[in-house]
Amino acid sequence: MEGWDPNTKSTLTQIPLLSTKAGPRDGALWTQRLKEEYKALITYTQMNKSNDNDWFRISASNPEGTRWTGKCWYVYNLLKYEFDLQFDIPITYPSTAPELELPQLDGKTHKMYRGGKICLTVHFKPLWAKNCPRFGIAHALCLGLAPWLAAEIPILVDSGMIKHKDDASTSTES
Amino acid sequence: MEVEIKQLLADLQSLDQSLPDPSLHASLHKIQSRVEHLANLVKAEPVRRSKVQDMSTEVVDSNPYSRLMALQRMGIVENYERIRDFSIAIVGVGGVGSVAAEMLTRCGIGRLLLYDYDKVELANMNRLFFRPDQVGMTKTDAAVETLSDINPDVVLESYTLNITTVEGFETFMSSLKNKSFRPSKQGSGVDLVLSCVDNYEARMAVNQACNELSQTWLESGVSEDAVSGHIQLLIPGETACFACAPPLVVASGVDERTLKREGVCAASLPTTMGVIAGLLVQNTLKFLLGFGQVSPYLGYNSLKDFFPTMQMKPNPQCSNVACLTRQEEYALAKPERDAAAKAKLEAELPTEEGPLHDDNEWNISVVDDSEPEGLDTRSSDALPEGLTHELPTADAFQKLPTDAPVTDNDDLEDLRKQLEAINSA
Ligand SMILES: [Zn+2]
Repeated sequence: MEGWDPNTKSTLTQIPLLSTKAGPRDGALWTQRLKEEYKALITYTQMNKSNDNDWFRISASNPEGTRWTGKCWYVYNLLKYEFDLQFDIPITYPSTAPELELPQLDGKTHKMYRGGKICLTVHFKPLWAKNCPRFGIAHALCLGLAPWLAAEIPILVDSGMIKHKDDASTSTES
Repeated sequence: MEVEIKQLLADLQSLDQSLPDPSLHASLHKIQSRVEHLANLVKAEPVRRSKVQDMSTEVVDSNPYSRLMALQRMGIVENYERIRDFSIAIVGVGGVGSVAAEMLTRCGIGRLLLYDYDKVELANMNRLFFRPDQVGMTKTDAAVETLSDINPDVVLESYTLNITTVEGFETFMSSLKNKSFRPSKQGSGVDLVLSCVDNYEARMAVNQACNELSQTWLESGVSEDAVSGHIQLLIPGETACFACAPPLVVASGVDERTLKREGVCAASLPTTMGVIAGLLVQNTLKFLLGFGQVSPYLGYNSLKDFFPTMQMKPNPQCSNVACLTRQEEYALAKPERDAAAKAKLEAELPTEEGPLHDDNEWNISVVDDSEPEGLDTRSSDALPEGLTHELPTADAFQKLPTDAPVTDNDDLEDLRKQLEAINSA
């Protein structure tokens, strides 16, 4: 795991691995996979809370478990910046990772594709491919979103592209 | 407007004749020539060309297909007009897909199916095809607007959707299966799928659909640093599918570290995209109209103007289930293929004695399937110079023995509630 900071590495190893290789079109196998996703997410969220590093909320927004919505946040200079988080489970999952979207930041940074999809580091996709089907949503958040927020939010705040919500009087942001 | 200008010209004419002072003639002639120029501009107002019933070989200014039909006269193509029977699906109407769509439209393709979920942005203006006045339109709508103007003979279908989502994928599949354009066609409703998307996820979705439908497709791509690209022919069961081996990238030939810049996702050049679109459509035409050879894989390294080629056989351990099914079918059809190849060989056998295939300038050989098909066939881990794999293969993954702690009595709804409880705690 070259190119990852030790913190991400140690967190990752504590998230339970998944075993069912199934996507949203695979019927009963997908239900099995979904159970594994929930277990991994439950463990990861609990772990974050007990480490005082709670940083996201995510839940399925349809019964099929193919669309997920929630929030993520990052604390910088003692202020908390919170964003909507959403993604679809692609039909080729888990061969391909979900593309994590932060729609409120669309167009504010180069490190993003159209529609607010975050631009992952060169290290993410190789590691995901190598670990298919053991990595799930929790791993994508840990390896994809957490390092992205840590790298981009300070830049976005310092450059004035995003303002804290309590600072709304001087901001045009909603 | 035209009538008004004619009247004005007539007035000037009579004024010219009745003017007593010859010194005024020069300036009057100047006015006359300006009005004539104006009259020409008015005539050049946009005209929509009408539909054409049959493709004519007649060489006249008004025949939009005369130069294409000339391919037939020159013996390059046997029957050019067949192009009107063909349906092509273009997935991704961006820098490559839009240009490919325009090329096929100008060639008089029968039907185009266009798929994209994006909108036209000012940031796309460094590429070809879309115009600034189309900013804000969906790429599919903007493309239909321009393409139907260029050639109203082409049947255009547009789908504004994301093929990687469950819903989008279903519509994608059913649109490919629809055979109403040519009910007698074998297999699916399209002759070829062109993948012009810009990401791995969407390519894997096209791969999934084409493997399930046993649909031949052409993959295309331009690297994120905009200086290299590739096209690849994928015939389910016969060639490697997109999931058989990690995707290939054309090595740029310069130190990677000097190219990878932090802070941007992707660069793009109209040149590289135009070259790749050209190679893609050239191979599409060869495939459809049966001339020349379709490249199994053709890379393009623009920094060195280097074009690596190769062939890839399917991976018997491919992770894609539909790919394995297609591989089995292909193996089962071997006796049929052998018989067909033999019959073809016998039909081509000259009646008088003479060297067989003396004019085989492309060195196409009819070899037994079990034999390696020439030197260019390589296993996926031995790549020709200039090509590398973009991603690693998945580590060998052992399935847990069934008596392992598989607590399948877990209830999905319970787990969902558990997560909700933690989330709201
Ligand atoms: Zn395959």
